[in-house]
Amino acid sequence: MLSPEERREIEAELPLYPNKQAVCIDAMQIVQKHRGWVPDEAIQDVASLLDMAPDELDGIATFYNRIFRRPVGRHVLLLCDSVSCWVMGYERVRAHLMERLGVGLGQTTADNRFTFLPNVCLGACDRAPVMMVNEDLHADLTTEKIDTLLEDYK
Amino acid sequence: MEKPLTQNIRTDGTAIDLAAYERAGGYQGLRKALRMSPEEVLETVKRSGLRGRGGAGFPTGVKWSLVPRGKDAPHPKYVVANADEMEPGAFKDRFLLEGDPHQMIEGMIIAAYAVEADAAYIFLRWAYREAAVRLSKAIADAYRHRYLGKNILETGYNLEMILHVSAGRYICGEETALLNALEGKRANPRAKPPYPQTVGLWGKPTVVNNVETFCNVPHILKNGPDWFQSLSRTKDAGTKLYGASGKVKRPGLWELPMGTTAREILEEHAGGMRDGLRFRAAIPGGASTEFITEPHLDIPMDFDEIKKAGSRLGTATLIVLDDRTCPVGMLWNIEQFFAQESCGWCTPCWSGLSWVEQILGAMERGEGEEGDLEILRQQTKFMAPGNTFCALAPGAMEPLASGLTYFQEDFERHIREKRCPWKS
Repeated sequence: MLSPEERREIEAELPLYPNKQAVCIDAMQIVQKHRGWVPDEAIQDVASLLDMAPDELDGIATFYNRIFRRPVGRHVLLLCDSVSCWVMGYERVRAHLMERLGVGLGQTTADNRFTFLPNVCLGACDRAPVMMVNEDLHADLTTEKIDTLLEDYK
Repeated sequence: MEKPLTQNIRTDGTAIDLAAYERAGGYQGLRKALRMSPEEVLETVKRSGLRGRGGAGFPTGVKWSLVPRGKDAPHPKYVVANADEMEPGAFKDRFLLEGDPHQMIEGMIIAAYAVEADAAYIFLRWAYREAAVRLSKAIADAYRHRYLGKNILETGYNLEMILHVSAGRYICGEETALLNALEGKRANPRAKPPYPQTVGLWGKPTVVNNVETFCNVPHILKNGPDWFQSLSRTKDAGTKLYGASGKVKRPGLWELPMGTTAREILEEHAGGMRDGLRFRAAIPGGASTEFITEPHLDIPMDFDEIKKAGSRLGTATLIVLDDRTCPVGMLWNIEQFFAQESCGWCTPCWSGLSWVEQILGAMERGEGEEGDLEILRQQTKFMAPGNTFCALAPGAMEPLASGLTYFQEDFERHIREKRCPWKS
């Protein structure tokens, strides 16, 4: 069941578009904002609200990088793996993060604190290497800087 | 020199608010436009010579003129800002959106007035969180001050503006795929023709322009097309946001006259290479453009001149390759990106890019084989423009084709020595 707040936020989007389907990507992002990810039952509920088939909505959900169809940890750590970051030391940063977190890309730490994901260009190439933790961009990464900033996310 | 696009951008990283934007001359271009007919606005932009800043360089006024106008035109009509900016190596639009959101909003309103549009969507990539916050505030402020909504500045013109935050896929930057994404579908590209100017969003006439393109428009209206032409060093008018990333001393972004050379950008503005490193090559306009090398550095970086060097201006944000970084590894990274971000709509793209990516990966691991280079060269031809549904795969082949030319010896060493020579 969509929560009243989720439903209210999704319905607030409806007047912005000429038809209901156009709201579906926003709707899934709203669910994800509240729950961290988009479970099967939410796909059913959003599809029903927007007069779509659940399969169709799931096909859209799985197309977009930012819709998570599996649970994530309390903090989502997205490491930019595109070319400027690669030139500036992506592999070193990735190795350090894997060591510190004890998990590989695509995995969640055992304490459910971080989910570590690769991410295509974050658009901060002049400050490479970069990563995002939740909604925060962290640039000019060094191993020392990573150690410090991970402590901010409990 | 004048820097219209960045003149209001503050060094402390905050955005200019509406009051300060107005004090600096903001919304004067719109006020002037609204005293003109839509046709006159369109002609002004046409005469300015503004070319699209998203990479393709199509003349903006011509694009707008393809939209049906007048009392028999279909409605609603739409204007869309392509603020997706997911091309690796590109970071210019973020700078404009975060620092001066009203500039793009004003440009969009003027564009919408010129094509007699009813609604405007900003298609923003999800990762630009700060830009989303600032744009939301700027749009709300623009509504409050009657620059948006019903009867804008008492002129009888109506326009709604909506911020859409996307859910991330590189193909969303392709204008027809972007339209599908806005409609709540998978972002697969559409066949052209019909072009979006006649059959676009929800089948209605639609103009899609890049952020930087819209940002130029208020200044063109305010100061005139001749002024805009005078900003440039070459026949491509205006200024340009040029950038550099990689192992240069001062990576960054600078507004410079269109036609500034790559050497000036790299040596004067980016401070040259880091100590102990030498320049080897650069990709001039994001990951989908061909490498340029030392002999090309004095060519003016504009749409036509850079073509003579066998490359494209693209986003004009240079990615620099130094002499201690493996070009094969760099190309593998680039092709991994394109293979992953292929939308899967056409076979040459989803199948071909994966094959290319795997061959390059094998080379980097020391598993390259005789004949690999021939396969890679073939693929650059199989995925040339016209052989795929959209420009994603041909764009992916541009750095590879040029890399195979400039770094042939590096590729051959990988195969011959069964290792990456840059790794100990």
